[in-house]
Amino acid sequence: MTAITHDENLTAGEPAPVAGRTNYLNASHGLKSWLLTVDHKRIAILYLLGITFFFALGGIFAVLLRVELSTPGPLFVESDTYNRLFTMHGIIMVFFFLVPSIPATLGNFLVPIMIGAKDLAFPKINLLSWYIYMLGGLFTFASVALGGVDTGWTFYTPYSSTYANSNVMLAAVGVFISGFASILTGLNFLVSIHKMRAPGMTWFRLPLFIWAQYATSLIMLLGTPVVAITILLVAVERGLGVGIFDPKLGGDPVLFQHLFWFYSHPAVYIMLLPGMGVISELISCFSRKPVFGYKFIAFSSLAIAVLGFIVWGHHMFTSSQSVYAGTAFSLLTMFVAVPSAIKVFNWTATLFQGSIEFTGPMLYALGFIGLFLIGGLTGVFLGTLGLDLHVHDTYFVVAHFHFVMVGATLMAYLGGLHFWWPKMTGRMYPQPIARFSAGLIFVGFILAFMPQFVLGYLGMPRRYHIYPEEFQMLHVLSTAGASILGVGYILPVFYFIWSLRYGDVAQDNPWGAAGLEWEIQSPPTQFNFDETPVVRHDAYDYRTELPVPGERQGVKARSV
Amino acid sequence: MSSAASTENAASAQPPGHGHVPHHHHPELSHHFEDLRQQRDSLTLGMWAFLVQEIMFFGGLFCAFLVYRTAHTEAFNAGSSHLDVKWGTINTVVLIGSSLTMALAVGQAQRGNRKGVVTWMLATGALGLTFLGIKAVEYTSKWEHGLVPGRFFLRGDHHGLEDILPMADKVELFYGFYFVMTGMHALHMIIGIGLMVWVLIETFKGKVTQNRHAIVENFGLYWHFVDIVWIFLFPFLYLLGR
Repeated sequence: MTAITHDENLTAGEPAPVAGRTNYLNASHGLKSWLLTVDHKRIAILYLLGITFFFALGGIFAVLLRVELSTPGPLFVESDTYNRLFTMHGIIMVFFFLVPSIPATLGNFLVPIMIGAKDLAFPKINLLSWYIYMLGGLFTFASVALGGVDTGWTFYTPYSSTYANSNVMLAAVGVFISGFASILTGLNFLVSIHKMRAPGMTWFRLPLFIWAQYATSLIMLLGTPVVAITILLVAVERGLGVGIFDPKLGGDPVLFQHLFWFYSHPAVYIMLLPGMGVISELISCFSRKPVFGYKFIAFSSLAIAVLGFIVWGHHMFTSSQSVYAGTAFSLLTMFVAVPSAIKVFNWTATLFQGSIEFTGPMLYALGFIGLFLIGGLTGVFLGTLGLDLHVHDTYFVVAHFHFVMVGATLMAYLGGLHFWWPKMTGRMYPQPIARFSAGLIFVGFILAFMPQFVLGYLGMPRRYHIYPEEFQMLHVLSTAGASILGVGYILPVFYFIWSLRYGDVAQDNPWGAAGLEWEIQSPPTQFNFDETPVVRHDAYDYRTELPVPGERQGVKARSV
Repeated sequence: MSSAASTENAASAQPPGHGHVPHHHHPELSHHFEDLRQQRDSLTLGMWAFLVQEIMFFGGLFCAFLVYRTAHTEAFNAGSSHLDVKWGTINTVVLIGSSLTMALAVGQAQRGNRKGVVTWMLATGALGLTFLGIKAVEYTSKWEHGLVPGRFFLRGDHHGLEDILPMADKVELFYGFYFVMTGMHALHMIIGIGLMVWVLIETFKGKVTQNRHAIVENFGLYWHFVDIVWIFLFPFLYLLGR
């Protein structure tokens, strides 16, 4: 190396970060080199841009919803407009933000690097999936521009198939199309993890992030086609007037719910599992310890994926399904809590006696555990047949799934972005403000959604914008929390963009983390590795072998 | 040495005796694979995974069909009795024949015989088009008899359809499924023929060799899958309850 300088922030003898090395970002220039790229890292960045756009769009709807709900009477929208607001919020956030969020950005960027490959197995299909995602997004955006949809994100029949006169078809086509992006991403990860692992990278040396992505990919591959055919059947009914889900014509609207939730319940784990993978990485790195019970965490991801496919009926306790089916689904739902609890206990055990360092990413990770704990436990309430009859379709459900899908998943997504941002962009962001925004999001989230549990328990139904006056206090608290949450989500956008130009140049391994991605330069070269790496140790080998290049002063391995 | 230089070096010089085929020297190997075996295995696994996805797609459809068949058995039997078993049987034979020719094409590809690949694939394509032609004849006949669901269902002359009039709604449901299921199947056939044109072009370009024939094998897997879907569709739609 030519340029070695000594900086008091760095361990003596370590090569100083060098800006302007050849990497995947500056290997070629121009819009065309991005739009036609087959580099998984550039595709990850493309996804990041698309996903951020849809998150902002869905966020605007959330703001409008919370403002409207701050008063018991109608504030600025009619019931019909309100229906469209929460529907578009749900569709955009679920299908265009949460489902692709971690797999398509962090997963795309990291899966090949973590397994020691030059790219995913099918680079062109990877690019194709981004275009499919954007095309689906275009349809959904068009449906927003033309006035939105009012069926709720679940597209329940017969409302969506017969009665709704909004742009159901446009939005449904958008969801249908974007599903194929999800399938292709899952397929690509699955094949890559099976076939592209570097020599020595055995299944049980894989980072747990990869196990989580693997489990997620299984769900994407097996679940998404079912919602595709379901949407197609709704389209046939709407377009041709065949009564597939219309009881008047011999159809059965409950069948739609079965088919829809057969995908959409596992889809919750598409949104959550990758986040759990991120947390395993973060907790281990900033506790300076190998993850406690590696195999249990790895297999609990698979267990969640498998169990996720046999619990869909717990969304339908009140939909005339037989009480025996309800009981079975209730019991199976309890089983999902087991692998989820294994993960939380193991993360906690990893923290125990670790050298914990409260960096920005770590605070996000700890925030994840807190929010997921609440979201997961209230899931057990809802899975209980008797209690669900009381809180079904109330704000209790709204609060529960926001805790899991938004609180937990977004914490993990942002935590992961903070953790791998130096690797992705080669720049550091200021730690204090990252810690501040993590705290802001946690506090804002609790304030926004805790009152909704109470509201739901007291009987406030979801999807209404007019409510009795005694609920106003709780709604105002929730809106106040949402405002704090909004600031917390916007802050990272600013300091991430700021860091691209003004941030410190990142070292190759700024956190002193173990893992193949930290052994290559920041940002990586176009093909990640100059030579295919050979893996000779387990993941998270913080005890026996510290990665020297990024080891920082004051951060030492702790033997337990 | 700067990293930029080392990247370039890595792209042009592999240490000798590295145990695998140097990827940048082998014209049949894509840049991101280590060796030909990894490349072939990945492509094959990818195709199988894709077919699993297809099974779930058609699975949802078959599931919905069976639920309604159970609920409205009489109407579905009546609807089924107006399908033409003769054409259905002929089409089954045609499609199984096309699977045979496809298997022969794959066999030729494994031997690196491009001429044989082209011959048998053209035969497969001809049989595929025959199937679609017969399907078009059937669809036309259903249209003429007013059995296409939607606004034109049972419009016009009801001659010969008296048995389904009392339960027209449910029979329409049957025909809704008939058209969606066979339509989805036909769409897969059409996509298959499009893919076949692409595979043929690649074969003409000399891209199919003894080392690299995954493209023909994988297309064969797809074709057999579409065939198998029909093997389920035929009894479910044409034969059950007859």
